[in-house]
Amino acid sequence: MDPAIFLIQLLNSLQYGLLLFLVASGLTLIFGIMGIINLAHGSFYMIGAYLAFSLTAAVGNFWLALFLGVLLSVALGLALEWLLIQRLYHRDHLYQVLLTYGLILIFEEARSLIWGDDVHGVQVPEFLNFSIPLTETLSYQVYRVVMSGICLLLAAAMYFLIQRTRLGMMIRAGATNREMVQALGINIGLLYRLVFALGIALAAFAGMLGSPISSVYPGMGNQVLIVSFVVVVIGGIGSVRGALVAALLIGIADTFGKVLVPQIAGMTAYLLMAAVLLWRPEGLFKRA
Amino acid sequence: MAMHDAQPRALALVLVIGLAGLAVFPIFGADEKFYMQFLAKVMVMAIFAMSLDLLIGYGGLVSLGHAMYFGLAGYTLMSLTPEYEGASLWISLAAALGVCALAALVVGLLVLRTSGIYFIMVTLAFAQMAYYVVHDSKYLGGSDGKYVYVKPVLSFFGWQPFSLDKLAAFYYVILGTLAGVYFLLRLLLASPFGHVLVGIKANEHRMRSLGFPTFSYKLVAFVIAGVLAGLAGYLAAALDGLVNPELLSWHQSGQALMMVILGGMGTPAGPILGAGALKLLELLLTSWTKHWQLLLGLFIVLVVLVFPNGLASLFGKRKRGGAEHG
Repeated sequence: MDPAIFLIQLLNSLQYGLLLFLVASGLTLIFGIMGIINLAHGSFYMIGAYLAFSLTAAVGNFWLALFLGVLLSVALGLALEWLLIQRLYHRDHLYQVLLTYGLILIFEEARSLIWGDDVHGVQVPEFLNFSIPLTETLSYQVYRVVMSGICLLLAAAMYFLIQRTRLGMMIRAGATNREMVQALGINIGLLYRLVFALGIALAAFAGMLGSPISSVYPGMGNQVLIVSFVVVVIGGIGSVRGALVAALLIGIADTFGKVLVPQIAGMTAYLLMAAVLLWRPEGLFKRA
Repeated sequence: MAMHDAQPRALALVLVIGLAGLAVFPIFGADEKFYMQFLAKVMVMAIFAMSLDLLIGYGGLVSLGHAMYFGLAGYTLMSLTPEYEGASLWISLAAALGVCALAALVVGLLVLRTSGIYFIMVTLAFAQMAYYVVHDSKYLGGSDGKYVYVKPVLSFFGWQPFSLDKLAAFYYVILGTLAGVYFLLRLLLASPFGHVLVGIKANEHRMRSLGFPTFSYKLVAFVIAGVLAGLAGYLAAALDGLVNPELLSWHQSGQALMMVILGGMGTPAGPILGAGALKLLELLLTSWTKHWQLLLGLFIVLVVLVFPNGLASLFGKRKRGGAEHG
């Protein structure tokens, strides 16, 4: 493979993998800490993309739109947890699946009512709207590089939040033993609400960040959700580090799969999952 | 432990009346092609939901990828149907069920290594893989799917008792299959195999310590459920005369899940009731508004919060904790 093409593919896989990580890390946190399986997680990715589309048009600045979008999705996350999700903690996974499946239908239809069923696009921010030339014919979009950088920063911030702060300590403790944390005087309900809102905001942020390079279209959350499931399964439930490794693995497998073996490109992520299931059914980084 | 075979008398009565109603409908409603087709579809979905209930309600295996087998069987029939004549029912059915058994065996070997949340996600992921394979395959018709131009031909050594082209005939074949699957499942669940399966749901560790190879039991249940889902998918493809990737989609799996919960999981008749209720609701909502999925979603959320034990709990007392006499 030509080095320039190889570099482009590598950057693309990084960018895809990191974006996937944002969605999957929210999913894995909600699973790992709250024990909730959230099928509607992909819907928030979609909502994020649509918010980016509308807000950018409304305020005229992509970054301001991003900020407002995050605020809105946090609010949505808090409201949903309060209204519905908190009633599911003691219920069987089956009911969590069903309720969040109902949410998907509601969000999809609400999206159709609010934004219609057309495909939209979001403009790449003006000052990033250029490409770095690699060879005479090939170049690479700067926005994609910036995107990967933002994702990496967020990953680092999450690591810091969970491993190094008091809030992170409470979150980790809450994941291990809910009752004990409560007995120590920590408001576990509030903690869970925050974690849920954080997870939702991560998915929505991924949708917003990715909107300038992928179009904004109905049903866009579903595919992301399934691939995020694959990421969580490969990485191990509850492990943010596992999600990062698995998301990058899938980014590479998917991007290079499309170039090297296009016949089975749609299957590479799943084949990877099958292999991991045979080798380590509980994922690469099983949380202790 | 709950007596899973016991079902409230009232529910049994509803079931008998319902089946009798289904049996006589074509006599009085021979001109109501729309409703006959609708009822046939409901019965097909009831078979599908029953097969899922075997996994969820009895085995405790929450599969979110059950539509995979439903769709694969339909696609097998489509592939085996020549353009201008019907496929042999026996051959195409055997092939379709064989494909489903094989697929369920392979997927089962992988997914049954996991449990809980993992199991839900992994079954969904594999079904979605099958969905994309079908969706991206030109040979299988891509996203539009393909027609099954001619209905399969039922013949015994060259003698054809009736043609499935006649909706009424097909209707009765489906009704017969529904009754057959119902009794087959009741027999299966009353057998030692069924008791072990329920035991695994209640406490897998204990069953394993008792010496039962629980993995094999779950695998057999997974394959049986896959084959029965395939039977439903085969009938659906033949009835509608077309297949498309939606048959394998997770909406199809989600719908079956909803039917099982709505009817009351782990009750033999529950999925039939659930299929009828959900399809009826869908019919009403679609005739009322274009945005019916919004209302369906709200309905699902309400059911989870208000009727966790399904419609079956409306008939008679819930006796999940104690044994029932008689």
